[in-house]
Amino acid sequence: MLGRVDVDVLTRNNVTVSGRADGQPMVFAHGYGCDQNMWRFVAPAFEGQYRTVLFDFVGAGGSDLSAYDQQRYSSLDGYATDVIDVIRALDLHDVIFVGHSVSAMIGVLAAAREPDRFGALVLVAPSPRYIDDDAYVGGFSEQDIEDLLVSLESNYLGWSSAMAPVIMGNPDRPELGAELTASFCRTDPEIQKRFARATFLSDNRADLAQVKLPTLVLQCSDDLIAPACVGEYVHAEIPGSTLARLTATGHCPNLSAPAETVAAIAAFLNESSGPGG
Amino acid sequence: MTPVSHDDARAAFYSALADDDPAELYDNAPCGYLSALPDGTIIKANATFLTWTGYDRDKLVGRHRLQELLATGDRIFYETHAAPMLFMQGMLREIAVEVIGASGLRLPMLMNALLKRDDDGQPQVIRAVLFDAGERLAYERELVAARRRAEESEARARVLAETLQRSFLPRDIVALPGLDVGGAYRPAGDGSEVGGDFYDVFRTSPQTQAIVLGDVCGKGASAAVVTALARYTVRAEALHVSSPTAVLAGLHQALVSCYPDTYLTVLFLLLDRVPEGQRLRVATGGHPLPLCRRADGSIETLGYPGSFLGMAETAEISESATLLRPGDMVVLYTDGVTEARHTGSFFGEARLAEVASASAGRPAQAVADAIVAAALAFQHGPARDDIAVVVVKVPLAGGG
Repeated sequence: MLGRVDVDVLTRNNVTVSGRADGQPMVFAHGYGCDQNMWRFVAPAFEGQYRTVLFDFVGAGGSDLSAYDQQRYSSLDGYATDVIDVIRALDLHDVIFVGHSVSAMIGVLAAAREPDRFGALVLVAPSPRYIDDDAYVGGFSEQDIEDLLVSLESNYLGWSSAMAPVIMGNPDRPELGAELTASFCRTDPEIQKRFARATFLSDNRADLAQVKLPTLVLQCSDDLIAPACVGEYVHAEIPGSTLARLTATGHCPNLSAPAETVAAIAAFLNESSGPGG
Repeated sequence: MTPVSHDDARAAFYSALADDDPAELYDNAPCGYLSALPDGTIIKANATFLTWTGYDRDKLVGRHRLQELLATGDRIFYETHAAPMLFMQGMLREIAVEVIGASGLRLPMLMNALLKRDDDGQPQVIRAVLFDAGERLAYERELVAARRRAEESEARARVLAETLQRSFLPRDIVALPGLDVGGAYRPAGDGSEVGGDFYDVFRTSPQTQAIVLGDVCGKGASAAVVTALARYTVRAEALHVSSPTAVLAGLHQALVSCYPDTYLTVLFLLLDRVPEGQRLRVATGGHPLPLCRRADGSIETLGYPGSFLGMAETAEISESATLLRPGDMVVLYTDGVTEARHTGSFFGEARLAEVASASAGRPAQAVADAIVAAALAFQHGPARDDIAVVVVKVPLAGGG
């Protein structure tokens, strides 16, 4: 059944495939907070050479919210299963996985479970653990993460249950179209809070040493979520990885400095495919 | 002095407004203004913002990023939600944040912002306004807490309803040899309210199988207490009287004396094994009549309607008897099945008979499940009324 496409997963995860049909697949995964729109300034640059695959994790963006399972998505492993489901549904091999923020670690977990399907990892602003632990500096305390959950509750009002059907993809009321585009970073607050817990309470430091793939670590300047020392830690722990420091500031270079981000990824891919490769 | 005309006065007033010093308007606006580079570095702040927060302009401008002024939780929210929204849709509306003032105090504010791009489309400057919103945010937090309490209480109510409802249905149906009995139930809506449908399958002697299925009027707690009474009264009556009519008469008396304001409809069956199959006696109190499908495919209803129980001083209970041979099947159901509605038309007895016939070759439980599934599918979505079905089959020779 090679090449069979699992339509259910493609709908569930709102999968978008573009680029060269015969190109090496690049799978772009969004981080905590938004959806595949995070890649809208980056992914198109690779369409000429690669087959680009974008998707939303269940619970985010245009995914099928009815597929959301509290148990499954209470840990990053459940999100890694989404990645594997998408890759299997499209029957992809030699995947270049590009993960932003928490998706960097989700990609590490997915690649460990299905090593045969992955060819390279690009980790954009990764952090294997956000909370400080003895000598390890993650940048946050547990109290900070509790504060985030309070902040999410304060911004509950950005979400109204009346909007849920719109977000779930039934825009038969066109006048809501504007709200729909204005709401891609908004999702059910309960889902956001659980994703926040799964993200910010995770500890995947031990998984880094197991990575056997060519890996690029992209580190921004002045990233408040994943500080420079964390990027260096990831680079040191993943054998043979490449660290690229961006002049872009903040946590989302894919939005704030797409050109620099594209250049760094392209340079890594050209290098790791070898001369003439 | 020449009198000033009304029109002139108005023109002078508007011109004064228009001439209002823009710097003054900016600096002492009734809200905080911040301008920042796309990375958040503050490049301009108005006097109102400085007064509210207590910051010195020189220590703020060019030295801090907007997100650094926020409490940690809000800072993460800014980086993961707000900044991406700002870059993608060019604006932010009503983001609730706590700004940390110079003294370390947290100042609850609402922030609107927009991202200005240059002619090449490159992000140029973020403009943000901040409104003092302490009281509003405190109130909203109360609303959020109230909503959480409401959701918790709803969840508790649902658990209670489900637990209670389960107690009105047999956990496992164990039928006597020579009989195959299956039952299925589906609550109305999302199951958060106890419905009035119930059934029970038990034996009154080593040879006699009793089956009751009923529908108490109403929903919720008041229906639940009547359902509990009905179920246990039927069990108790069935042990010391031998006719189905007498069992329902006892139930009627109990209802009239305990809950005179309510009523129910019910079917009560006794099945005794005989050489040809099963002798079935059925008593009916105002309930939809059982459907009987014979082995040859013919369909009939059993018995006569009778009256609701518990309504008037006396009830009219009808009783009839028939012989069930191997291959025969009886379907008991509540009106949630036949009155399942879709755009004005009802599921009805004809469809019920069709579904029962189509699945007649399968075990009783499978037939009951098929009927419930068909009634639900017919009404597209959650059931309006609860649905209960019990199926009794006399297996073909070789079984039992």
